Amino acid sequence: MAKSPRSGTRALGGIKPSGALAGVVPFFAYTTVFLLIPTLVVIIAAFVSDGHLTLGNVRALGNAGFLTALKQSIILSALTAIIGAVVGGILAYAVSTARPDGILKRFITSLCGVLAQFGGVALAFAFIASFGAQGMISAWMKKAGVGPSSTLWLYQWDKGVLLVYLYFQIPLMLIVFLPAVEGLRPQWREATETLGGTTWTYWRRVAMPILFPSFVGATLLLFTNAFSAYATAAALVSQAQPLVPLQIAGTFTSETVLGQANVGKAMALAMVVVVAIVMTIYAWLDKRSSKWLVR
Amino acid sequence: MSVASPNAERGVAVELTELRRSYGPVNALDSMTLHLAPGEFVALLGPSGCGKTTALRCLAGLEDPDAGTITIGGRDVTALPTNKRDLGMVFQAYSLFPHMTARQNVEFGLEMRGQDKSTRARRAGDMLDLVGLSSQADRYAHQMSGGQQQRVALARALAISPQVLLLDEPLSALDAKVRTQLRDEIRRIQLEIGTTTLFVTHDQEEALAVADRVGVMRAGRLEQLAPPQELYARPATAFVAEFVGLTNRLAGRASGGRAEVLGVSLPLLAGSGDGNVEVLVRPEGIEATPDPNGNATVLSAAFLGAHGRVTARTDGGEQVEVQVASAALPSFEPGQRVRVTPRGDAALAVAR
Repeated sequence: MAKSPRSGTRALGGIKPSGALAGVVPFFAYTTVFLLIPTLVVIIAAFVSDGHLTLGNVRALGNAGFLTALKQSIILSALTAIIGAVVGGILAYAVSTARPDGILKRFITSLCGVLAQFGGVALAFAFIASFGAQGMISAWMKKAGVGPSSTLWLYQWDKGVLLVYLYFQIPLMLIVFLPAVEGLRPQWREATETLGGTTWTYWRRVAMPILFPSFVGATLLLFTNAFSAYATAAALVSQAQPLVPLQIAGTFTSETVLGQANVGKAMALAMVVVVAIVMTIYAWLDKRSSKWLVR
Repeated sequence: MSVASPNAERGVAVELTELRRSYGPVNALDSMTLHLAPGEFVALLGPSGCGKTTALRCLAGLEDPDAGTITIGGRDVTALPTNKRDLGMVFQAYSLFPHMTARQNVEFGLEMRGQDKSTRARRAGDMLDLVGLSSQADRYAHQMSGGQQQRVALARALAISPQVLLLDEPLSALDAKVRTQLRDEIRRIQLEIGTTTLFVTHDQEEALAVADRVGVMRAGRLEQLAPPQELYARPATAFVAEFVGLTNRLAGRASGGRAEVLGVSLPLLAGSGDGNVEVLVRPEGIEATPDPNGNATVLSAAFLGAHGRVTARTDGGEQVEVQVASAALPSFEPGQRVRVTPRGDAALAVAR
């Protein structure tokens, strides 16, 4: 029996073949070439060595150096995500209370838009020029007789790198979280008050639960942003490879150990796994906390 | 003063006295005084920016007056925070907590008052029943229509048995049919529970339909506070006459409490002026009859459902709106000569 045009449309699962769909083709092409294919390459190459299937690359991940780097990467990412989320969240609330079309709000949001993308070598250099051994602020502090005697802290992953990461994490949080904070309706606070609640009640029972899914989502974004950051850390840390992205780069560029490229891909696979675990936790939390959201 | 609620003994008196509130150079409230009797339903009506919402928010404690006093049940609450005033409030829209179900929303105020779980559940059930939404108790705000959301908001406000119920344009975001239904329902419930209620609206039909008394506000002051029929039939000022219902401004000559308009002598309301005046006459206060030797020409005739409206221009050049029965509308055609005659109802005259 010949199918009617209507049943033909249904066969597409309800998607209407229209010109509008053509607009997303470049997006899918882009993500296929620069995300899907590289991920597949990483996954396959992690199990291949000299053209043969092997678990050797994955087994190599068990060495102490990589495990330490992985632990440090996770701690650094989690710390900068949590500190960035809390500070950026408070900043977003402060900005949301400013006049909507006021100069203060426009200035801060524009500035954060720039700072959130201001990572990499330029940022590292800015910090070295300020806090390095010959840095401007270091010199002032030295003159004033305050501050640490050494500037080595700037090049350590849990001190200087953490501080530098916060420089782009906090503005990123503000940009991502501000729309959610601005979505809080004044009527909710007023309704809480007329029903006998206090400001604290409003935050605890109304605002925080409403903001929670967005807050967790933004924190996750900050985590992955820090977890995958490379250039900033690479510019600051020249000794050892305390973070996974630096280790991966090392497997491709090392002049002392050759043939480690596929171990690097196995390391990248480990990063994919970490992000997948974080995403799974997020999905679970999101499902529990946002049943009320329009889906 | 009329107090319609049979349960008025449950309500309390509310007094706003000499309230002032300004925002920069703008006087939102200009020595406004308004007293509500126990159990009374008062509607504040007025154009945007007249101060009606500011008055309600001052009563709620959401705005602080610059001067004046507010008492609820004889207790001065002017300096008391909102959460200590024992109020229920329904907002214009989107006030339900979106992460709570209808039931949880209604239980919220009871929880703030330390009620135990079973009491809360029973009371929330009763309130949702009262607004006809028992079957929607487990729904979130986005799963309900605008009308249902406002019903839940009303149930939430009433669940705490407040001394005063404040309604801040709760129907303005709803479509016409739902608005009328919910309007009548609010009145039914208010009569049932007898809570003193202040209702702010810019919709005159709404105000006239539900309130015991309607206060018309202008520029931060109460122009007139009266039962709906009195407000309509005996407006105290030209502003009230023109804001509430339609009115014609017809030239006349007034003296000794009467004015001559279109050849008919009309009794004048208190506050009217003498000499050359404009007399404010309602469309239903004028009669139109087809007459080749009449005093006006029909400009247009409109069918409005229950009745019709004929617009005519008098030979003196004045435009007159006349209300006619729908059945009589076909006898009025543009260009036709008619005779327009005031019926003789008392009217307000203002200086020309």
